[in-house]
Amino acid sequence: MRKLIFGLFIAILPVLGLAAGDGVPLDHIETDHTDKASLQRGAAMFTNYCMGCHSMEYARYKRVAEDLEIPIDLYEENLIFTGAQIGELMKNSMNKDMAADWFGAPPPDLSLESRLRGESWVYSYLRGFYKDETRPLGVNNVVFDKVGMPHVLVDLQGLCAVKPNIGHAPSVEPLSGNIKNASACPEYAIEGSMSGVEFDRAMYDLTNFMSYMADPIKVERERLGIFVLIFVAIFFVFAYLLNREYWKDVH
Amino acid sequence: MQKLLNWVDERLPVVDAWNNHLAKYYAPKNFNVWYFFGSLAMLVLVNQLVTGIWLTMSYNPTGEGAFASVEYIMRDVQWGWLLRYLHSTGASAFFIVVYLHMFRGLMYGSYQKPRELIWLFGMLIYLVLMAEAFMGYLLPWGQMSYWGAQVIVNLFGAIPVIGEDLSLWIRGDYLISGITLNRFFALHVVALPIVLLGLVVLHILALHEVGSNNPDGIDIKKNKDENGIPKDGIPFHPYYSVHDLVGVAVFFFIFFIVVFFFPEMGGLFIEKPNFEPANALKTPAHIAPVWYFTPFYAMLRAVTVDLFGLSAKFWGVVVMGGAIAILFVLPWLDRSPVRSIRYKGWLSKIALALFTVSFVVLGYLGLVPATEGRTTVAQILTVVYFLYFILMPFYTRMEKTKPVPERVTG
Repeated sequence: MRKLIFGLFIAILPVLGLAAGDGVPLDHIETDHTDKASLQRGAAMFTNYCMGCHSMEYARYKRVAEDLEIPIDLYEENLIFTGAQIGELMKNSMNKDMAADWFGAPPPDLSLESRLRGESWVYSYLRGFYKDETRPLGVNNVVFDKVGMPHVLVDLQGLCAVKPNIGHAPSVEPLSGNIKNASACPEYAIEGSMSGVEFDRAMYDLTNFMSYMADPIKVERERLGIFVLIFVAIFFVFAYLLNREYWKDVH
Repeated sequence: MQKLLNWVDERLPVVDAWNNHLAKYYAPKNFNVWYFFGSLAMLVLVNQLVTGIWLTMSYNPTGEGAFASVEYIMRDVQWGWLLRYLHSTGASAFFIVVYLHMFRGLMYGSYQKPRELIWLFGMLIYLVLMAEAFMGYLLPWGQMSYWGAQVIVNLFGAIPVIGEDLSLWIRGDYLISGITLNRFFALHVVALPIVLLGLVVLHILALHEVGSNNPDGIDIKKNKDENGIPKDGIPFHPYYSVHDLVGVAVFFFIFFIVVFFFPEMGGLFIEKPNFEPANALKTPAHIAPVWYFTPFYAMLRAVTVDLFGLSAKFWGVVVMGGAIAILFVLPWLDRSPVRSIRYKGWLSKIALALFTVSFVVLGYLGLVPATEGRTTVAQILTVVYFLYFILMPFYTRMEKTKPVPERVTG
C-alpha cells in the first residue's frame, strides 16, 4: 500500500509543474502587498497614466484609499478625475465603442489583469515596448506581439530603439533595490525623464498595485489563514487524544 | 428531556434511527486510512451546500451581471471571498475525496455481492456530481467557464441525427448565452442538489442494510457473539465518530492551506482565463476542463479515427461515456472468490496498479495541449483503462488467490 501511495505521488508530480506560462520569456518579480509606499506610488501611477483608458470597475475607490492608508480627502482631491463619489466603482468615462475604433479593441478592464496573466507578465509587458515603424502606432511589445496599445509611458521611459531584453537579462531586485542590470533596454530612440532603473522601480510599483487590485484580500486572507491553521492543529490534538481514549477498549 | 424524547419517539422512530445508523451500527474494527473519505465526502457536501446557499444570496445569474457579481462577492460582500474560496476549493476537494473513496472500493472489492446497490448508488452520485460541477463551473461566467461549457455541450452535437438539436435544446440558444446560464443556475442550486442528497441517503441506507466492508474483505456478520453482535464489529458511534473527527482535522488542515494560501492552486482549482469575463467572440488558445474531468477529456481527444462513417468526435464521446458507464457494471465483472486486493493474486494487483497509473496520467494529459506523442500515450492508456474492466472476468477467475482469514487482521 505504501508503494501505491508513492506511485500515486510520482504520477501527480508532472501536474505540479503546470504553473509555467506560454513560452514568452518574462522578468520574474515577487509582489508585496504590505509595502504601502510602493502601492501608493503604484496607485498614483495607475490613476495618472492608465485610468484614462483602463477602468478597474470591480473595485471601489474607498477600499483602495483605506487599504493603502491614503486619507479620503487627499484621495478625492488627487486620484479621482471623473467626479465619482469615493464609494463608487472605479469606472472611467471612455466610450467602449469609440475606443474599439481607435485601438482595434476597447482597452480591457484591469481589475483582474495580474491574476489573468500573472504579475511577472504585467511587469514584463510594461517594460517591453520598443520602436517598430511597421506598426500603426509605431511601437510593438516583446511580450505582447502586435499590441494595439500605444506606449503611454514614453515620457517616462523613453522609446527603446531595439527589442528590450525581457527575460534574458537579470534586472532590478525589487525588494532590496540592488541593481543587477541597468534596465531591459540597451539603446533608446527617444530619451525619457526616468533612468532605466527608476523606470523599472516605477513599473514594479505599478505592477504591485495591479496585483493588489486583483486580489485585495490577500494580506488579510493569509493573516487569518495562520490562525485558522493553528486552531485546526489544536483541534487535531484534542480529536486525536479523544480518539485514543475511546479506542483503548478496542482490541 | 427524557419525557420529550419519549413523546417524539412514540410519533417518530428517532431512537431506532439513532441506533440503527450510529450507536448500534456495527462497523468492522479494522478500518484503515482509506475509510476516512466517505465521511469526508459528507463533510464537503455540507460545506458546498452551506457556502452555496450564501453565495446564492449575492450572485446574479444573468449573462450581464454574473461575472461582476462574483467580483462583488469577492470584494464587497463581507466574508464573500471566504465563502467563494470555500466553495471553489470544496468542489475540487469533493472530487479528491470521492476519487479516493472510489479507489478504496476498487482495492477492497467493496462493490462485490452483497454491496452492488451501494456501488450503483455511489456511481449515480458520481455522475450527478459531475453534472453539478460542470454546471456550477459556468456560473462565474469567465472565459474558461464559457468555453469549457461550449466544448462539453457541443459534444452532444456529435451524436448522429439528433445531436445538433439536442445540444441546441440543452443550451436553449444557438450558443452558450445568458439563457444557458440561467438554466444551469437552476439545475446547479436546486434540481441536482436535491437528487444528490436523495442518492446520498440511498447510498447510506443500502450500506447500513448490508454492513460495511473492510480492508480484509471479510463478512464480519459471520462471526457473532452470544448477543448477536459481530465479534469484529464496534459501534459506529462513538468509535468511528471520534475516529473520523481526527480525519476531519487532518483534512481541514490541508483544505484550509489551499483556501487561505493557494485558492487558485496554480490554476488547477480556478483556471487563470476565468479572471476574464466570458466573450463569445474570443476563443482562448487552450481550452482545458477543470482537473477532475481531464482523464475523460484525454480519452475523448485520444480517439482520432473516423469509423463506420461516423466522426472521430462521435467515437470519442462514445469512449468517454463508456469509460464512465463501464464502472457501473463493475460488480458483475469481478469474479474473484475474495474481495480484498490483499488476498487477490498478482494479476489483480498489476491490473489495479496499471489502471491507477492510466487514470492519473490521462488526467495529466487532459490538462495539457495535445501533441502527437501525447495523443499516442493517451490512446495506449485509454486501452489500458478499458482492459482493466474488460479482462477483469478472466484474470480474477484465473489467478490464484490467498486464503482469507476467519477474523479481521490489524
